[in-house]
Amino acid sequence: MFQPTERSCSILLWGFHRKLGSVPVQLLLGLCLFLAACGNRQEKLADATSEVIHEFRIAAAADLKFALEEIKQEYLQSHPNSKIETTFGSSGTLFAQLSHDAPFDLFLSADLKYPHQLVEQGHADADTEFKYAIGHVVVWVPNQSPLNLEKLGIQALTDATVKKIAIANPKLAPYGRAAEAALKNLKVYDQIQDRLVLGENISQTSQFIETGAADIGLISLSMALSPALKEKGRLWRVPSDAYPKLEQGGVILKQCRDLAAAQDFKAFLVGPKGAAILKKFGFDLPGE
Amino acid sequence: MDWTALWLTLQVAGCTTGVLSVFGIPLAYWLARSRWRGKFLIEACVALPLILPPAVLGFYLLVAFSSQGLLGRGFYNLTGGTLPFSFPGIVVGSVLCNLPFAVRPFAASFAGVDPRLIEASWCLGVSKPQTFWRVTLPLAWPGILAGVVLTFAHAVGEFGVILMLGGNIAGVTRTLSISIYDDVQALNYQQANQTAFVLLVFSFVTLAALHAWGKRNWMT
Repeated sequence: MFQPTERSCSILLWGFHRKLGSVPVQLLLGLCLFLAACGNRQEKLADATSEVIHEFRIAAAADLKFALEEIKQEYLQSHPNSKIETTFGSSGTLFAQLSHDAPFDLFLSADLKYPHQLVEQGHADADTEFKYAIGHVVVWVPNQSPLNLEKLGIQALTDATVKKIAIANPKLAPYGRAAEAALKNLKVYDQIQDRLVLGENISQTSQFIETGAADIGLISLSMALSPALKEKGRLWRVPSDAYPKLEQGGVILKQCRDLAAAQDFKAFLVGPKGAAILKKFGFDLPGE
Repeated sequence: MDWTALWLTLQVAGCTTGVLSVFGIPLAYWLARSRWRGKFLIEACVALPLILPPAVLGFYLLVAFSSQGLLGRGFYNLTGGTLPFSFPGIVVGSVLCNLPFAVRPFAASFAGVDPRLIEASWCLGVSKPQTFWRVTLPLAWPGILAGVVLTFAHAVGEFGVILMLGGNIAGVTRTLSISIYDDVQALNYQQANQTAFVLLVFSFVTLAALHAWGKRNWMT
């Protein structure tokens, strides 16, 4: 009986020189060339870093999406040799990735706990920990919502017309935890618990409300003030004594490829220019 | 349109298709011809990614890829790099996810080759490898090409496992599907819409071409 098992692999190579002209072989050769091209890509990356270009990757909490983009643009104007890649997500998701050695250089969390845990795990040095902002939670509705947010305040959530309330996932997002704490402190949590929908991060939570998938929700002030949402809805600031202070901090990772550049960017972020942009997006500054 | 993501997606899909062609064709040939009693177990393994949630595969791979995991340590010893959140990592994930899309059509087309033709070739003194290249493969070729195209097209859209393993890093793991997810989250609907439309057209054109070509091929 025919037993091709062990041979099949060698057959593929064996026939190569004889049948270079056949269609299957040409296709296989094409694929090999493609694989080779993939290898080249890595080399190109290596070339780029050997020049003076300072390249680093930032993993940032989703509430920074718009503020950080603006800070990055401002930074690049004075540092044209820098190349910054940003990835946004919930602080918890990014923390999980970083503790699995995800290749980022700088981590900007929406709390102080995650950066500190990275230090404890040995993924970062304690002296690179820093605070950069204090965030705020707001209730947000799109313009077309009939709810009178100014008058109702937090009670807008308990309105009978409200079917779905979006908050960020408290397991992953510091803003989700803050929202949950605020709902409990303001004594509406039990009433609305079964209407909650959870976004993976504060950006997705905002998207749920903006698209009308949820009627109302609790998001970060920075999202509500972002160009994408500013003109599209109304906000009500949740009293800041209703939830634990949202101090946001960051850390430079041990695997950082360009420590000087990462430190320079961090200094820019907490310096006057970064601070001005953070304030524009509704953040308070540490030490204020 | 995010060109970096497009180029990266083509690379992931190309590498996936390449790896699956090289390993999938021998595996499929064995599946089609073998009479081993335990074969159904291998067949089940090959088909598993069809119904296994990508999150499950992604989770197990993440565990296996970690610096304590078997795969992760082996890869580190070999290359000095790490698999999670890297290009090789998402290719491994994509290869496993796309295994049935390559091997099943390959195996079906090998099974469709008339064994009498193969045996006739042997009887005429042609060696087994030569028979494979000159008889079996040319006869099975339409099905194999269909499998290759389907694998490539499906790998272009791979999402779940790359989301679990990739970490959404521009130029390294942010493929087109991930960039749509990223844009939607960032309320950047216009960009998401463009990318989504490109993928829709690509998928439709691929399938339409495959069917048109298949019809012509099978009728003659």
